[in-house]
Amino acid sequence: MNRGEFREGLREGFPVIVAASPFGALFGALAVENGFSIADAVLMSATVYAGASQMVGIELFGNRVQPWLIVLSIFAVNFRHVLYSASLARHVKHYTPIQKFFAFFLLVDPQYAESERRAERGLPVTFSWYLGFALVIYFLWLVTTAVGAVFGQMIGDPQAIGLDVLLPIYFLGLVLGFRRRDRFLPVVAASAVASVAAMHFVGSPWHVSIGALAGIVLAACLPNERAEGKRDPVEQEN
Amino acid sequence: MDAAQHLDLIYVILAAAVATFATRVGGYVLITRLKHIPPRLEAALNAVPAAVLTTLVAPAFVYGGIDVAASMLVAFAVGLRFSTLRMLVVGWAVVMAIRHGFL
Repeated sequence: MNRGEFREGLREGFPVIVAASPFGALFGALAVENGFSIADAVLMSATVYAGASQMVGIELFGNRVQPWLIVLSIFAVNFRHVLYSASLARHVKHYTPIQKFFAFFLLVDPQYAESERRAERGLPVTFSWYLGFALVIYFLWLVTTAVGAVFGQMIGDPQAIGLDVLLPIYFLGLVLGFRRRDRFLPVVAASAVASVAAMHFVGSPWHVSIGALAGIVLAACLPNERAEGKRDPVEQEN
Repeated sequence: MDAAQHLDLIYVILAAAVATFATRVGGYVLITRLKHIPPRLEAALNAVPAAVLTTLVAPAFVYGGIDVAASMLVAFAVGLRFSTLRMLVVGWAVVMAIRHGFL
């Protein structure tokens, strides 16, 4: 371990936690609202450690969706990490297997983006720097989750203080984050129509899988306008 | 939540953790094996996040009531220019204003 690089990582990770903290607290509060204990919320932040998918998970759990569908949805929301780990492979070749384990476990959106940027600037993505950057974000994510969960338990009616609109708006923001991707509009239109119809005719939680499948199948069937089209693998999580 | 439900929750969380870790290491495993992803599969994978997330937005907009729909519309307009955090603040302010009779 190189202390200088570790500290550099800690310092560079700090701005990320400023942006992520409100979402950690929001997750904690909404998790409690959906029947989680404070410990459950912190456990999920500690083990899954992927903000958007955690929100999806608590929302589905609160709606009594079947367990396999919850896990599948979390998997789907996190699927972009396959691209990150494929792309990060070039920079972590020299890590030991244990270091790789931790590096991939801690691979959240800003971690990936900052690692790529660092490599682009010609700096080595050392394990010391990587771990420093990751640990400051990970630790504060757990703390803000706990703070939000404790605060959430003190809240009475979530509707009276407007908590219930926060998740749909949060997800809307995530959807907008993908708007520059190929086929974005047809995918969103198909999933929107199919999920609304499924909600009406089949009911929750099937609107999630039916709606998602409609958009995904449509994307696979649409003609391939630009086969070698450029794609930005970095999605903004917030 | 009773004890059985709580145990289910713990299992779901741990399974989700394993699934998430699989995505985070999967690309590394694939890239060292697979040379080429078929374009249609890639298009399908690219569509997954927007497709899943849309199913959590659209029904809330249609069935959530006029106050929720109004705050989502305003948040959408904000989101075209500004961050998710600002969308949340503005959307929350709108729904609070409607519910507590300021509008």
